[in-house]
Amino acid sequence: MNTRKTLAELKIGERAEIIGFTDALLSLKLLEMGCLPGSEIEMTHLAPFGDPLAIKVSGYTLTMRKDEAATIQINLLNN
Amino acid sequence: MSQRPKIALIGNPNAGKSSLFNSLTGLRQKTGNFPGVTMDKLSGIWEIEPGQEVEILDLPGIYSIYPKSLDEELVINILGNPANEDYPDMAIVVADASNLKRNLLLFSQVRDLGIPTVLALNMIDVAETEGYVINSIKLARELNVEVAEINAKKGIGINGLRLAVGKTLANRYASNDALPLPVDEQMLAGIQLKFGEADPYRSLLWLMEHDRLKMFSPEQRKAFDVIQHEFQFKSEEYKTSETVKRYEALSEVVERCVINLNRQWDAPPVKTWTDRLDSVFLHSVGGYLFFFLLLFVMFQAVFTWAAYPMDAIDAGVAYLNDWLKTVLPASALTGLLTDGLVAGIGGVLIFIPQIAFLFFFIAMLEETGYMSRVMFIMDKLMRRFGLNGKSVVPLISGVACAVPAIMSTRSIGSWKDRLITIMVTPLMSCSARLPIYTVLISLVVPEKSTLFGLFNLQGLALFGMYLLGFVMAIVSAWVMKQILQVKERSYFIMELPTYKAPRFKHMAISILNSVKAFVFEAGKIIVAISIVLWVLASYGPGDSMSQVDAQVRQANPTLSSAELSNRIASEKLENSYAGHFGHFIEPVIKPLGYDWKIGIALITSFAAREVFVGTMSTIYSLGGEVDDENATIKNRMRAEINPETGKPLYDAALGFSLLIFYAFAMQCMSTLATTYRETKSWKYPAIQFFYMTALAYLTAFITYQMLA
Ligand SMILES: Nc1nc2c(ncn2[C@@H]2O[C@H](COP(=O)(O)OP(=O)(O)OP(=O)(O)O)[C@@H](O)[C@H]2O)c(=O)[nH]1
Ligand SMILES: [Mg+2]
Repeated sequence: MNTRKTLAELKIGERAEIIGFTDALLSLKLLEMGCLPGSEIEMTHLAPFGDPLAIKVSGYTLTMRKDEAATIQINLLNN
Repeated sequence: MSQRPKIALIGNPNAGKSSLFNSLTGLRQKTGNFPGVTMDKLSGIWEIEPGQEVEILDLPGIYSIYPKSLDEELVINILGNPANEDYPDMAIVVADASNLKRNLLLFSQVRDLGIPTVLALNMIDVAETEGYVINSIKLARELNVEVAEINAKKGIGINGLRLAVGKTLANRYASNDALPLPVDEQMLAGIQLKFGEADPYRSLLWLMEHDRLKMFSPEQRKAFDVIQHEFQFKSEEYKTSETVKRYEALSEVVERCVINLNRQWDAPPVKTWTDRLDSVFLHSVGGYLFFFLLLFVMFQAVFTWAAYPMDAIDAGVAYLNDWLKTVLPASALTGLLTDGLVAGIGGVLIFIPQIAFLFFFIAMLEETGYMSRVMFIMDKLMRRFGLNGKSVVPLISGVACAVPAIMSTRSIGSWKDRLITIMVTPLMSCSARLPIYTVLISLVVPEKSTLFGLFNLQGLALFGMYLLGFVMAIVSAWVMKQILQVKERSYFIMELPTYKAPRFKHMAISILNSVKAFVFEAGKIIVAISIVLWVLASYGPGDSMSQVDAQVRQANPTLSSAELSNRIASEKLENSYAGHFGHFIEPVIKPLGYDWKIGIALITSFAAREVFVGTMSTIYSLGGEVDDENATIKNRMRAEINPETGKPLYDAALGFSLLIFYAFAMQCMSTLATTYRETKSWKYPAIQFFYMTALAYLTAFITYQMLA
């Protein structure tokens, strides 16, 4: 059961696969920081008030704001 | 003499470039465990072989050759322009071996620019503990580059790097001429025709980043725009597809050369120390609580623990002064030496323990990796006030000194966020304010009292002063946000480094250096101003000074000789040039509760607030109302009597008014000069000066009027 979402909707502990980006300018920055389509990510932390958020991607941790996360399309992975 | 070859250290932020720089050159470039420590270039000499020296250039970190903030722009201006004086003969790309794929992206770009390159696999120890096994021989073959495995922090693997660099310098192998993705040949030819022969990738970089490259004139930039338009070239699209393409190739290389022992059998991921610590420090409630607690403990410590060494230094300085007075002939010059210089410098020396504690805590934040966590939990709050999570670094390091703090704003990508951060950073209480706070707090807050028998009330007051500075900084930021009303995009995509154990020896040395720098810098200013002040306080216009003696004697025939000489001394001060200056501004500062003597201190503090304590001691010693026994600054100020009420001058109203004034007033030429340099306009330092001084005046006025 795969559901399409954006990263902003992911809950802590959930894992997903990056599918693509909706914002051309941000996507370059995200790519350079290692958020590649096809890579697996896990939501690890939410800052106080739910923003920004921290994700794990290929072994290291990235932070971004909620509206930035909303430009990343994901496929939710099971378990 | 042959020219020394230049080698630039290039790498992602926090990859360990500055650590490597220090290992190679023996210098002490600042390092820290968060991205964006280095903001400016620094060069040093590395003796690669006996008799053969190379010049090493440490640079800010970059994720790619397409800059997104000012610090990154600096690097591209060097790498993109062969005519730049810092353009390197070769580069060492410092890669974090525990995160190889992403680090190789930059490597491949730098190489394609046509710069001979060595790949240094740094943090090899971290990679190992995380289970990575890297076949660097294979990696070298696949990437066609010399590879060296190093641990920059401990200086391990430098000999291998020596070999790799030596070979690369000898054959200067750069790259093939292929572009990552093909472009219109005619367009490339057009650029080369207009702007000279270059590697094709470099020509393309010029085209895509011409607005950020300082080598091009406005006309040339227009020419680039024309070319871009003519060939319908979309830079952002090209960069994105280029990045994806490079990653595809690099993924395969990494797949072939690196295995991770921990991820062999789909085992559940191991919980690392960083994960465990982050579950506390990044907790949505606990994270804030911990941070606040940390700050609180810090200021308690600064006040209470530091008290013991401070008392010792204080007593030592007083002793030295008494001794000098007994051995030297009583003359005006002795007065300058003892009451002016020794007291003034002693006034700064006393605060070494406190400043050292402060630097220690800041170094802990930077070294361990906690600093990035603070940025993370504070971003939302900061944003609301027109700042950015990244503003946390300047604001926290502003507690030490605003000058490097303002420089560290270069990593903030958005101009608006950066400008506001620069404008409000000097409101954070820097270490030069610490002596002033300490002296004044000890005058107005009772020493023995505690809150709930637990917290030292003076420490609490000090914490309050720092908190006040921070609150005023973010409130001012909010006001500026309303005024600027710029809709500019700011982002907060940042890497959280893993926690690293602080290296106490390294920290001790860097604290020692910072303290030394502080004392010498402050010392120089204090010596200069003390001398000027002493002259101004010892001489007066016309013959007014020489008449004071006779006048006082005539007016007070009944006084004892000790009282008489005190009276003469204070009358003399009042009639001196300094006294005239003080009296001149007295009407302006009267509503804040200050007399002309404090007025003199305010005038001298406008260049640098460090001199406040020294000025006070000079003035009160010349005023001569205390006998010289045990004449510390604190005691002298405590003994001052308000001539109108007959009570001690430094009561709560005056004390708090002065505290508030020094907390907010812009009294630092170096900070203004730095603001000018970083904003490239006189407008911003001018605004900074006026708004802060106005704020100081207004709040001090309100404080005094309410408490008086
Ligand atoms: N374990 C380990 N830590 C290292 C190594 N090299 C550097 N570090 C640590 O990594 C952190 C970052 O080092 P820096 O030298 O400041 O990194 P930088 O690349 O100059 O960072 P920026 O100036 O921010 O771009 C510091 O805490 C270093 O102590 C290494 O080989 N092993
Ligand atoms: Mg550095």
